[in-house]
Amino acid sequence: MQLPIYLDYSATTPVDPRVAEKMSACLTNEGNFGNAASRSHSFGWQAEEAIEIGRAQVADLINADPREIVWTSGATESDNLAIKGAAHFYQKNGKHIITSSIEHKAVLDTCRQLEREGYEITYLPPDENGITQPSAVEAAIREDTVLVSIMHANNEIGVVNDVAAIGEITRARKIIFHVDGAQSVGKIPVDVAAMKIDLLSMCAHKMYGPKGIGALYVCRKPRVRIEAQIHGGGHERGMRSGTLPTHQIVGFGEAAHVAKEGMAQENARLITLRQRLWDGVCDMEEVYLNGHPEQRLPGALNVSFNFVEGESLIMALKDLAISSGSACTSASLEPSYVLRALGRSDELAHSSLRFSVGRFTTEEDVDYAIVQVRAAVEKLRDLSPLWDMYKDGIDLNSVQWAAH
Amino acid sequence: MAYGEKVLDHYENPRNVGKMDADDASVGTGMVGAPACGDVMRLQIKIDDNGVIEDAKFKTYGCGSAIASSSLLTEWVKGKTLDEASQIKNSEIAEELALPPVKIHCSVLAEDAIKAAIDDLKSKSDSAVAS
Repeated sequence: MQLPIYLDYSATTPVDPRVAEKMSACLTNEGNFGNAASRSHSFGWQAEEAIEIGRAQVADLINADPREIVWTSGATESDNLAIKGAAHFYQKNGKHIITSSIEHKAVLDTCRQLEREGYEITYLPPDENGITQPSAVEAAIREDTVLVSIMHANNEIGVVNDVAAIGEITRARKIIFHVDGAQSVGKIPVDVAAMKIDLLSMCAHKMYGPKGIGALYVCRKPRVRIEAQIHGGGHERGMRSGTLPTHQIVGFGEAAHVAKEGMAQENARLITLRQRLWDGVCDMEEVYLNGHPEQRLPGALNVSFNFVEGESLIMALKDLAISSGSACTSASLEPSYVLRALGRSDELAHSSLRFSVGRFTTEEDVDYAIVQVRAAVEKLRDLSPLWDMYKDGIDLNSVQWAAH
Repeated sequence: MAYGEKVLDHYENPRNVGKMDADDASVGTGMVGAPACGDVMRLQIKIDDNGVIEDAKFKTYGCGSAIASSSLLTEWVKGKTLDEASQIKNSEIAEELALPPVKIHCSVLAEDAIKAAIDDLKSKSDSAVAS
């Protein structure tokens, strides 16, 4: 067993060796280094061929047509392109957008930008399990609603929304439906046709592909239009200009292929590991699972250890690579906005750990993590005045705190 | 975020962890911070007949820097008079532990805690005199 143990697969994944091998064949003088936009020689043709194989592999993973895949730099860019692109294109139809309050910052901050441009955004609160209910989406739809953007799986707590049910509602009303699939594509089955998704953001680095490459699925039937955000040579049918990075695309394609092949078997293994981890800590006092118990990603677990502060807990767990909240927000001192939206108290929101197991996690890793977590929680509770008060039967809500 | 050596030392081996009887007339208790902010410190001091702090205990809910700040403080206040202890500045704690700017509030909280503990002691002796 190698320390520290990586339990942060929701943040990113290592590149699978099979993927890395394919990528490295597209870089050097001996390799497939050409510019796919070069039409006048075989270097360009070969690069284009490799890119089209990658496009077909990614399309195949989500049951799309290869012509519906637009390459981007990652899910953040895909979210920006989808939301701004659709909002701008369809603004004559209305300027109202529906999203949820626990989306990734790439969606929330893009929506904030549109608010500054005069759009109106409805931020739906999730239920106490972290699920955005399709009925809540339906109730928020107005005459001027042009776009609904709801994530498939949440990056922090790992819960999975019923996007197919939301897709039924939006398709029936001809409202564009964007799904942030950064955490779900390659991990759980995604079928854009069956789920009636119009725009789907994806990235490679959460599914054992490289960082710096993503894609946006843009539905052709019914035809969905978006305004380009990056202008230039007219690549990707004008939706996203820029020379295509052959090695990145080949890597994404191979990662998609590998993910699809072994998904069912791998997910059964990951669910067992996740359950083992939860079973190993849930008998401690005042331990809470955040998010829906079943409707979640196979490898994702988010747990609050009441009366222990998350950052100090991570400090104690120096042999485990884990996070409190998501990597994107763990630099701030705020309690998790996702957990607050679930109605968790400030103490619980400050006390959460995000564990995510993946392709290279073993049972031994999980068992080691359990021992470490239990010891750290006990040590920090011995240090915690809140734990003392809890043990003395004092209701923390009744205390007049001197907030600072 | 990487932690300084002294923060790590206090975090790994916190000094003077514990709880004293808050109703004891020679014990002053200062509880500062709030769960909502992610930091709660409880600092207790016990004075001898000459008004010198003979013992100090703490418990802290918070990040490693908050735990280290309160641990360090309990070491510093022992053997000091209340007046001397009230002179301790958060900047001295921050400097000793080499706290980064985002963690300065932990040292501020520690200074607030000792002041609150001293105030508690003084209010106890005032009410003792009054009765």
